[in-house]
Amino acid sequence: KSKEAEIKRINKELANIRSKFKGDKALDGYSKKKYVCKLLFIFLLGHDIDFGHMEAVNLLSSNRYTEKQIGYLFISVLVNSNSELIRLINNAIKNDLASRNPTFMGLALHCIANVGSREMAEAFAGEVPKILVAGDTMDSVKQSAALCLLRLYRTSPDLVPMGDWTSRVVHLLNDQHLGVVTAATSLITTLAQKNPEEFKTSVSLAVSRLSRIVTSASTDLQDYTYYFVPAPWLSVKLLRLLQCYPPPDPAVRGRLTECLETILNKAQEPPKSKKVQHSNAKNAVLFEAISLIIHHDSEPNLLVRACNQLGQFLQHRETNLRYLALESMCTLASSEFSHEAVKTHIDTVINALKTERDVSVRQRAVDLLYAMCDRSNAQQIVAEMLSYLETADYSIREEIVLKVAILAEKYAVDYAWYVDTILNLIRIAGDYVSEEVWYRVIQIVINRDDVQGYAAKTVFEALQAPACHENLVKVGGYILGEFGNLIAGDPRSSPLVQFNLLHSKFHLCSVPTRALLLSTYIKFVNLFPEVKTTIQDVLRSDSQLKNADVELQQRAVEYLRLSTVASTDILATVLEEMPPFPERESSILAKLKKKKGPSTVTDLEDTKRERSVDVNGGPEPAPASTSAAVGPLPAFAFPNNPCISAGGFEFVCKNNGVLFENQLLQIGLKSEFRQNLGRMFIFYGNKTSTQFLNFTPTLISLHARASLCLFLTKPVDPTVDGGAQVQQVVNIECVSDFTEAPVLNIQFRYGGTFQNVSVQLPITLNKFFQPTEMSSQDFFQRWKQLSNPQQEVQNIFKAKHPMDTEITKAKIIGFGSALLEEVDPNPANFVGAGIIHTKTTQIGCLLRLEPNLQAQMYRLTLRTSKETVSQRLCELLSQQF
Amino acid sequence: IRFILIQNRWYMQFDDDEKQKLIEEVHAVVTVRDAKHTNFVEFRNFKIIYRRYAGLYFCICVDVNDNNLAYLEAIHNFVEVLNEYFHNVCELDLVFNFYKVYTVVDEMFLAGEIRETSQTKVLKQLLMLQSLE
Repeated sequence: KSKEAEIKRINKELANIRSKFKGDKALDGYSKKKYVCKLLFIFLLGHDIDFGHMEAVNLLSSNRYTEKQIGYLFISVLVNSNSELIRLINNAIKNDLASRNPTFMGLALHCIANVGSREMAEAFAGEVPKILVAGDTMDSVKQSAALCLLRLYRTSPDLVPMGDWTSRVVHLLNDQHLGVVTAATSLITTLAQKNPEEFKTSVSLAVSRLSRIVTSASTDLQDYTYYFVPAPWLSVKLLRLLQCYPPPDPAVRGRLTECLETILNKAQEPPKSKKVQHSNAKNAVLFEAISLIIHHDSEPNLLVRACNQLGQFLQHRETNLRYLALESMCTLASSEFSHEAVKTHIDTVINALKTERDVSVRQRAVDLLYAMCDRSNAQQIVAEMLSYLETADYSIREEIVLKVAILAEKYAVDYAWYVDTILNLIRIAGDYVSEEVWYRVIQIVINRDDVQGYAAKTVFEALQAPACHENLVKVGGYILGEFGNLIAGDPRSSPLVQFNLLHSKFHLCSVPTRALLLSTYIKFVNLFPEVKTTIQDVLRSDSQLKNADVELQQRAVEYLRLSTVASTDILATVLEEMPPFPERESSILAKLKKKKGPSTVTDLEDTKRERSVDVNGGPEPAPASTSAAVGPLPAFAFPNNPCISAGGFEFVCKNNGVLFENQLLQIGLKSEFRQNLGRMFIFYGNKTSTQFLNFTPTLISLHARASLCLFLTKPVDPTVDGGAQVQQVVNIECVSDFTEAPVLNIQFRYGGTFQNVSVQLPITLNKFFQPTEMSSQDFFQRWKQLSNPQQEVQNIFKAKHPMDTEITKAKIIGFGSALLEEVDPNPANFVGAGIIHTKTTQIGCLLRLEPNLQAQMYRLTLRTSKETVSQRLCELLSQQF
Repeated sequence: IRFILIQNRWYMQFDDDEKQKLIEEVHAVVTVRDAKHTNFVEFRNFKIIYRRYAGLYFCICVDVNDNNLAYLEAIHNFVEVLNEYFHNVCELDLVFNFYKVYTVVDEMFLAGEIRETSQTKVLKQLLMLQSLE
């Protein structure tokens, strides 16, 4: 009711003012001021005002301070973009700036600073610097001009070019009036960020000034001493200015170090006052000093002292200080000088996590634990973060989940622990476990043989829980689909039991999860023939085949069909175990960066990554290779390979796999080829727990002329830790066609013994084979063109493998040739075409494979323009069937 | 009467709707906190430094890398000046002399930075301005 009364009263007043403004009688200055002031007041109460601007602008031209002031106040609060008004306002400002009356100049400058419009910048960006550096400008006007210029620079940097005035502005740091120095420091700090060269002379001046302040007796700086602290805000600003630059030259640096030490010393002295204002002011300077020490990251002594000081604050009775200490220590954790010192406080930080009542303080504790985490304390920290997660605020859960996932992966020595951690994450905070996290655990399990069985078992057990999170069903479904066979031997986790467990959750899950489970079911059909009919019954049911969701329906229909028509071989090929995932930056890291936005956390990540990149001798040699991703040691359908020494004909048609394995060493390969170039990643895995010493791989090429060029990009570290995997990259160039494969020879010392392994690198001519599609006509035309006897090579041979059409097609394609359908009049025959790319030439190739099922034999014909090529290709391809 | 409204000094461009929304949000965030909390609150991608004086909240919104304690004491410094200038200020003073309060603010803060910190100098200037017509 009083609200209505208020509105009524106000409207009455507005009507009154409106009539006065429109009235015949010209209002005198005092009345105008009074009414404009009332309008402003009404506006601030929350009512819209749509008149009065003109009258306010009129007040600007008054000679009376009180009237001018109200005029300026009105237009700076109710900013209007009417161009006529803008013109008038700018005109008034111009007059006041030129008036030489410091009070009027102040009003004008403040108006510009408060409004900061583009039009004002255009009008005055040239004038303000002049006022700032003119010798006869009064102190208070300089203060206002400096900050006015700062506002203009922020909103219209293009209108404030650097000029003669910049060096004079730097000189203001020596001004007697500390208010001027304060304003100038703020201005320089912002300008220096975009124009560091222009303002680098400010560094030594700032250090001198700071030094004088910090060592001043309590009777100096009277006006600027606040609760016994000399010029605290100016000190903070000077310290902030210094953070725009790297550590200064030795002469200046010495002085600065002294200064910082003095500040740190003072923090230890008994306080001059019990008032909180005193300690806050003192600590404001202290924290900024610590910030500078961290930024420079160059004086170990200072860093450790800073860390100790912060350590004391961690247990201070004031929440503000505990909060700021946690925050500051976070950045200290990433410096290699102070990282260890920070770690010593782990128990205090964990305690903070458990006992702090302000959630933002707990969050700082989480951030700090994350920052101080390394191999030595990862398990402890992850455990604490998981336990915190159980009761954490919903708003911060996702971030904690991401952090735990990153730490668990980064510092996992034992990947079983990693799997457990992620499953725990899903159990505790399933809703906040984003896709990136559970995709990652899948990737890692796929890429690491040694944890697959454990993962299957653990996931199976976790699924037993009556109410499990849908993300667990997804992960469980995927893992059992790939590795359920590893636990199928135990009757408690037999195939049928696994299937029933998964299917019991089926109807509770969302569509994407159900789609995933259907894929798992078809994988089960391949892995466990004994459950095939059970699964087919499920797929056949109406709820699947006639499901309203198109994806589910399609999958059910296709999988059902696949299970009925495909032979076991085809099924095995189609549903072969997932190949290892290629290395990529962890998408979890990317997601965390996105969440945190541009902040020091991302710098932390880069530092963390940089530190672990140095595999050879860094503080934490990671077992995985150079990034946050896990080492891509390929996983294979047959994990326990017997000793393979030859460069395996199995590599002719595929690019990834284990090349060699014995008790000590596993050599894996991953290659890619394009035209006449290729790149091969060789992974050497130390299967033992003892170091390999003098580990030296060498490439031996048996060609007289370099038909095949191989370049090793970087040598491998001669020491390979137990359980470690190192990688070598080989760049390959095919110069001309070649027959013999290069040999990889590895020598190393293991225990007291000398080891020597030689293996052929499976770089074969067909790797540089590029498929070429062509019509039937073209094919036969070219075939006829290559009818020269030297150009054709033929081989008749017995089939070594079952003569399956689909598999044969796949092999031809894997070989590198295009598979041409409906070219050969006999549909049972296979026809292919492609080009061999070498540096010198390109050789067109045609092939024809004729199977004789009764005799279990093949006839293979190769026609190319070069005899040696036809020969080699025929040789290679014949082995495949 | 809401003190925050009267004391609005915006150092960034916001339009009127945004301003109103921000005011309400800040109010909501700040008034639920008590002594066990810090005087700093994360707010969107800024932070709010605040202190309560009897029934009034004084809030400053700053960048995340600004110095918390420095701004906390800047608030106190400002309040002490208000106190001195208005001789034991109370809410009503601020209402009836709202335009004078702007003068105090503009004397101590400008363009989003601290302008003057000496209470002596600020008061001297204020008294001088008061004597002008």
